[in-house]
Amino acid sequence: MAKRSTAAAMAAAERNPAAPSQTEAGNGVASARPGLWTEGRRHLLDLDDMSRPEIEEILRSADGMKEVLSRNVRKTPALRGKTIITLFFENSTRTRVSFEQAGKVLGADVINVTASSSSVSKGESLLNTIKTLESMQIDVLVMRHPHSGAPYFVANHIDAAVVNAGDGTHAHPTQALLDLFTIESHLGGIAGKKVAIIGDILYSRVARSNLWGLKAMGADVTVYGPPTLMPPELRNNPDIATLAGSMEEAVDQADVVMMLRIQKERQSAGHLPSMREYSSQYGLNAKRLKLAKPGALVMHPGPMNEGIEISSDVAHGAQAVIEDQVANGVAVRMAVLYTHAARASVAR
Amino acid sequence: MKSKGIAIIGGRVIDPSQDIDRLATVLIKGDKIEEITAKPLAKAPDGYDVVDAADQVVTPGFIDVHTHLREPGEEHKETIETGTAAAARGGFTTICAMPNTDPVQDNANVIAAVLKLASDFAAVRVLPIGAVTLGRRGKQLADMAELANAGVIGFSDDGDPVTDPNLMRQALLYASGLGLPIMNHPQEPALTRGAQMNEGPIANRLGLTGWPNEAESSMVARDVELVALTGGRLHECHISARESIHAIRRAKERGLNVTAEVTPHHLTLTDTWVLGEHGEDSGGVGATAYDTSTKVNPPLRTQEDVDAVIAALADGTIDLIATDHAPHAQTDKICTYQEAANGIANLETAFASVLSLHHSDALSLPVLIERMTAAPGRFLSAATGGTELGILKAGSGADVTIFDPDVEWTVDPSEMATLGKHTPLAGTSLKGRVTTTIFGGTVVWDGTAVASIG
Repeated sequence: MAKRSTAAAMAAAERNPAAPSQTEAGNGVASARPGLWTEGRRHLLDLDDMSRPEIEEILRSADGMKEVLSRNVRKTPALRGKTIITLFFENSTRTRVSFEQAGKVLGADVINVTASSSSVSKGESLLNTIKTLESMQIDVLVMRHPHSGAPYFVANHIDAAVVNAGDGTHAHPTQALLDLFTIESHLGGIAGKKVAIIGDILYSRVARSNLWGLKAMGADVTVYGPPTLMPPELRNNPDIATLAGSMEEAVDQADVVMMLRIQKERQSAGHLPSMREYSSQYGLNAKRLKLAKPGALVMHPGPMNEGIEISSDVAHGAQAVIEDQVANGVAVRMAVLYTHAARASVAR
Repeated sequence: MKSKGIAIIGGRVIDPSQDIDRLATVLIKGDKIEEITAKPLAKAPDGYDVVDAADQVVTPGFIDVHTHLREPGEEHKETIETGTAAAARGGFTTICAMPNTDPVQDNANVIAAVLKLASDFAAVRVLPIGAVTLGRRGKQLADMAELANAGVIGFSDDGDPVTDPNLMRQALLYASGLGLPIMNHPQEPALTRGAQMNEGPIANRLGLTGWPNEAESSMVARDVELVALTGGRLHECHISARESIHAIRRAKERGLNVTAEVTPHHLTLTDTWVLGEHGEDSGGVGATAYDTSTKVNPPLRTQEDVDAVIAALADGTIDLIATDHAPHAQTDKICTYQEAANGIANLETAFASVLSLHHSDALSLPVLIERMTAAPGRFLSAATGGTELGILKAGSGADVTIFDPDVEWTVDPSEMATLGKHTPLAGTSLKGRVTTTIFGGTVVWDGTAVASIG
């Protein structure tokens, strides 16, 4: 796998902050996606149309960022003079802080805006909100919204780069990228690895983006979860994933077991009988984990319901890389912000 | 010299109600059809205003049994004046106004107000529909006999179904004494909680909550059984799901008094349009995805469903085409998909979009026209009494539509008369367009301007 010196690219960018990243060259699908692809991929909305080389570019860039984070002085002026706004319509300490730290390490000015979707209940207001923010000359808008597709709507109305930090039940591309980064850094590669994704696939933006990312990277994905929370098209679509018939079958010989958070409201909406039954049928415990390959990674996007989808001993056990995922999130988001801030400037 | 009347010359006259499909001249005198000539006249009789319909088709004025005019109460979305102007441009000479106004058309006073507004401002005939239940709340029947006396052509809580099966039973029974249909909006609400678009792979890909076909078909099946129980008259609005068609077909085989309609968008568009790019699925979710102009109730379905509703319209299982023209304020569509209002403003594109079914040989021109003229005319006949609609014959009302079946044009919402500018067809090319609309002997659309009959 060709490694490119991210540090060198960053040094070049420091000399000429407006220089576009090299990643925008050689993108085979560029012509198919006007708007999103003008001047390279300006926005990061999902991984569904990302090629493997494009994902690898981000992962290699994140390698460099991880090195920056390991320094004594965790600061680089790569995005000095750039403004990043994190606009969160849903609570999320972990993701927002991760983006904020990523931006600040890169020297950008980071402004955090939290808005409840109830106070911005109408689209015109969402439009006005982002137009107001944009008039402040922002370069990157990091956005989380409870409605699927909200960042697509915003991207059509703004010149800044939009980075999707989670939209409804649709996508969470930086989570998927940090998951890919974590798998690769522990296992040395992704292609051919058996990755089991377990839980509420239907309503999980993490699962959805990971399915695209893992597919692009050549992983062998198995999914398992309650029939009420499984998109029917996954029943017979080996192109995307294999649907396991039991928890044991899903975990068997897996290289990675990725557990999803189960939302309590699935029970009240009639998708699940009880959390007790969910845990017994779909929870990961030490006994089930033994079926996976020795040293298989246990992942979870957080926040965890310990004792429900994952037992505490597994969540904090030797195979869990859940804290690594959080740490890698900062490096991956640095790579994303760095790339997209440059492209937003080019687009202007 | 005072005009003696209007002579429409050179056109192919198609009136499916009389099996007419031939070159003929249509003579109009006053507000009535004077004659459909046996042979086309080379030139108009002396003193007649001439409408040249060479290479065009002349038909009875189109009838839409399902229109949302928004007035009274939501005049920022549409008024009777703008909505009927849009109807005239679309070739419709009769439209039926759904009662989900504010106040709701659930009593004779509101119906009288609508009819007064129509007589003052409407470019075409407006026939009101009364609510089934007070306030459309689904709890208590509206004063249906009083509504019938005030002039409604049927009853509907459209926008919402009559969910309570017992209330639906009583409504069908009560209305049967009036000879008028219950026009139900078939949607089982428990199956569509939070639903945004057709259930299936595209909804799952977009992370939008799915709206299953069975939410519609299960209520259609229930309604049909209640017609069997009551002997009532049922009309199912905007059929979108192939499963619904089985129940309607069986109902007709059983001799039940059941009719059904389908909209232009459910005949021509699929859920891939929610991905944007005018329905082209090019792989990823593109910048034009989550196009709120595609959000409609019931949602755009799959190609299988589209093929099924076309076949059902062709064989008469689905009786007629109705627009479900549903104008909204722009702010109701410039927002996230989840926030967006349901509905497409389509009076001005309806005919041209269904004409694509003729161009693709899915439906013959006479059958297509039958579904927009004679069929809705029959549907309305119990309410309109002696006034025959959807027919061109000596002595009938001079409601005439003329269209050029082959002219190509591009949909530009800013040029539409409706206040609702939201249509997934914006920027697309359509083939065929209404060139002249005559309502009651008056030209209300001639391709350039709308003359108000007020």
